[in-house]
Amino acid sequence: MDLTSILLLLAGLAVGAFLFGRSRAQALGGGVGAARNLHSLPDYYGYFAALCAVLPPLMVLTLWAAFEERVVLALLANGLPDHLQALSPGQLDLFLNSVRNAASAASVPADPVLAAATDEYLSLGRSSRWLLSGLAVVLGAGGVAAAWRSIHPAFRARNRVETAIRWFLIAASGVAVLTTVGILLAVSFEALRFFRDVSLSEFLFGTTWSPQAAIRDDQIGSAGRFGMLPLLSGTLLIAVIAMAVAIPVGILSAMYTAEYASTRVRALARPVLEILAGIPTVVYGFFAVLMVAPWIRTIGESLGLNVAAESALAAGLVMGFMIVPLVSSLSDEAIRAVPASIREGAEALGATRSEIALDIVLPAAMPGIVGGILLAVSRAIGETMIVVMAAGLAANLSFNPLESVTTVTVQITTLLVGDQEFDSARTLAAFALGLVLFIITMLLNVVGLGYVRRYRERYE
Amino acid sequence: MNRVVESRLRRRHRRERTFRGLCVASVLVAALFLLVILGSLFRQGASAFTQTRISLPVPAMLPAGDLPDSGAMDYDAAVLDALAALLAIDPDRAERRELRQLVSIDAAFVLRDYVESSPGRVVSDASVRVPASAKVDMAIKGEFDRTAASDRRPLSDLQIDWIDRLVELGAIERTFNTALFTNGDSREPELAGIRAALMGSVLMLLITLAVAFPIGVAAAVYLEEFAPRRAWIRLLELSINNLAAVPSIVFGLLGLVVLIDWLGMPRSAPLVGGLVLALLTLPVIVISSRSAIRAVPTSIREASLGLGASRMQVVSHHVLPQAMPAIVTGTIIGLSRAFGETAPLLMIGMVAFIVDVPSGVTDPATALPVQIYLWADSPERAFAERTSAAILVLLGFLLSMNLLAAAIRRKVEK
Repeated sequence: MDLTSILLLLAGLAVGAFLFGRSRAQALGGGVGAARNLHSLPDYYGYFAALCAVLPPLMVLTLWAAFEERVVLALLANGLPDHLQALSPGQLDLFLNSVRNAASAASVPADPVLAAATDEYLSLGRSSRWLLSGLAVVLGAGGVAAAWRSIHPAFRARNRVETAIRWFLIAASGVAVLTTVGILLAVSFEALRFFRDVSLSEFLFGTTWSPQAAIRDDQIGSAGRFGMLPLLSGTLLIAVIAMAVAIPVGILSAMYTAEYASTRVRALARPVLEILAGIPTVVYGFFAVLMVAPWIRTIGESLGLNVAAESALAAGLVMGFMIVPLVSSLSDEAIRAVPASIREGAEALGATRSEIALDIVLPAAMPGIVGGILLAVSRAIGETMIVVMAAGLAANLSFNPLESVTTVTVQITTLLVGDQEFDSARTLAAFALGLVLFIITMLLNVVGLGYVRRYRERYE
Repeated sequence: MNRVVESRLRRRHRRERTFRGLCVASVLVAALFLLVILGSLFRQGASAFTQTRISLPVPAMLPAGDLPDSGAMDYDAAVLDALAALLAIDPDRAERRELRQLVSIDAAFVLRDYVESSPGRVVSDASVRVPASAKVDMAIKGEFDRTAASDRRPLSDLQIDWIDRLVELGAIERTFNTALFTNGDSREPELAGIRAALMGSVLMLLITLAVAFPIGVAAAVYLEEFAPRRAWIRLLELSINNLAAVPSIVFGLLGLVVLIDWLGMPRSAPLVGGLVLALLTLPVIVISSRSAIRAVPTSIREASLGLGASRMQVVSHHVLPQAMPAIVTGTIIGLSRAFGETAPLLMIGMVAFIVDVPSGVTDPATALPVQIYLWADSPERAFAERTSAAILVLLGFLLSMNLLAAAIRRKVEK
């Protein structure tokens, strides 16, 4: 029995328990029309019974799914022949892995020991599933029996059901916090393992980044160098280029849509910006590589400049346009939130529209705009696909926009794409970078969101 | 005095015009950028929707009379013989090798399928359309310079000559590129398609929807309708708003460590991808659902409470049905963002070379944006064309999702 059929079984159980609970309540209340004798509507007794029937098996199922593989493998390892038991833990893991691979393949492996172990593994899995379905049915039946005993006319079924729903709502809103905590825990856990090999100060202030993988332990230079300054400078350079495009274009276009445009033009201009926001970043990356980079190169060469094939300028320019909608929509919101009375006062004194926009509205909307810009910077720092495709891999500590630089996100991607073990410093370095990225963007987000919100409250 | 005021006024008006011009220009620059992107994608991708085929006469390939046992036939040789017959040449071994480069490796399979599907005898005037190789495809579409030095173009003089002859004979056709939509990935550009990637994307989207929608709406309901205004609720709100702005690659790291390493879920599986995208979409859904719920008038809640409904009944009977269209709209927009997401999928190993269409959520799969990333990396000209075509398909999907959202919004506003 596989997981899907167990879930289907539970769904069937829920429906059955619902019908059963409802009819039980109706019978106790004195027939279909006599719900007035009951504390709650008959349906609530049904929901209550269904919850009783489904929740305990679901909990067991979750626990089971989390631990099944580990328990089965431990049982399998215990039952192996002695010469296999004598293997080192690493080799045993390798063997168990080949058992799992053989089990998922259709053919029987040639090695008799492996074949026997695979058979054993499969049969353990089968009995585990049967045990689980048995347990689920027993628990479900027990739940229904408990519901049967507690259902009587004065039973407050609605309150019980509503409490359960309320707990679900609370749990659902907890998921966001759990995700944040999960990111911090998971990434710092791996990052801490990295800092056992590489000192924090070398990582933060080192100026060389060359994470070569050690193929053999005794290899010369196997350690690799993990100084992240060149990555930070590269990230910063590309973000600065992007913001140099996004801030003026974003704010000025927001000025246009908020201050100048008629309703009709506004209805035309906003969607253009929204489409820009909706284009996936991989498309921007492709565009940067295929069109913008060669174009910049041609122009640069005609001016006698030496332009790298993967220049920071190409990635930054395209990223800038990607961020324009973010800056412009947050600025637009901030500008339009400035009270009309302030604007009208300036108009009555004879100010031109540009004077109103620049001298009155812009300062008033500044906190909101600054918040938007901070969020945009966070976006630029965390953007991955454009730089993976259009920026280089060479970790140059350089601020020349025509040179090739690399970024934090590019390095995370290169270190983690493809198969790799979880233990090498090379892989773990990616998590240290991820932690830095998460902390920097979180700080920017929190400050930026704070600006946006405080500003909203000021004029509300 | 008057002159001073007038000149200052002129200066002020000049400033006004400059500023206004700058504002208009920045909107135009953004629009121009959009046009250039879309234009270059269309220009480059449109040709990928057609595929060059060579139609070969059947009698030249197969012996007359009863067909031999299909397992014993050398279809590769048969295709080359037919090409040679068509071109009226008698190729030596070197020429045969060049001839082979004109047709796709799939040609022999097309011929075999034809033989196996037409039992018994061959019709004497039938012909079979076999796919041309990517190089020929590019030549027919005029994608490379024929006058370039022979070592700087992919086809030899002889091959170009043959192609011209085939065109004169009317043996070359451009048909709709069905392979693009029915095949998985392939090393051969002319056989590479997006079906497997699209299927992977759709599977992930379903998981994302199934996980993120109920949790997101439930969280929004709690925060708007039940949550006490306390410090930890503020923390909750902050963490949701922050998550909406956390780089997507970080969610990929979370998936890699927690789902794959700790919980032992399979690598490259749509299940893991869908869960990661669900976490990514969740804040978007929560934020949009909250504003949808906030937009429901308080009077409705009060009337319902006044009639004796419990708070949970107020929510489920009145608030949610009223807010649902806006919630659905926000969800679709969140999902369309998830659909185009690439970076977190790279982290969880969805970059493998996948030929087969995934049949379940634990099969190895890839996603459409990842396929685009992989093809964009291939040096062949033919893959660049397909990348653009795949992007057009992706944008088409996103556009229809957004149109759906807009349609729902408009229907409700009426």
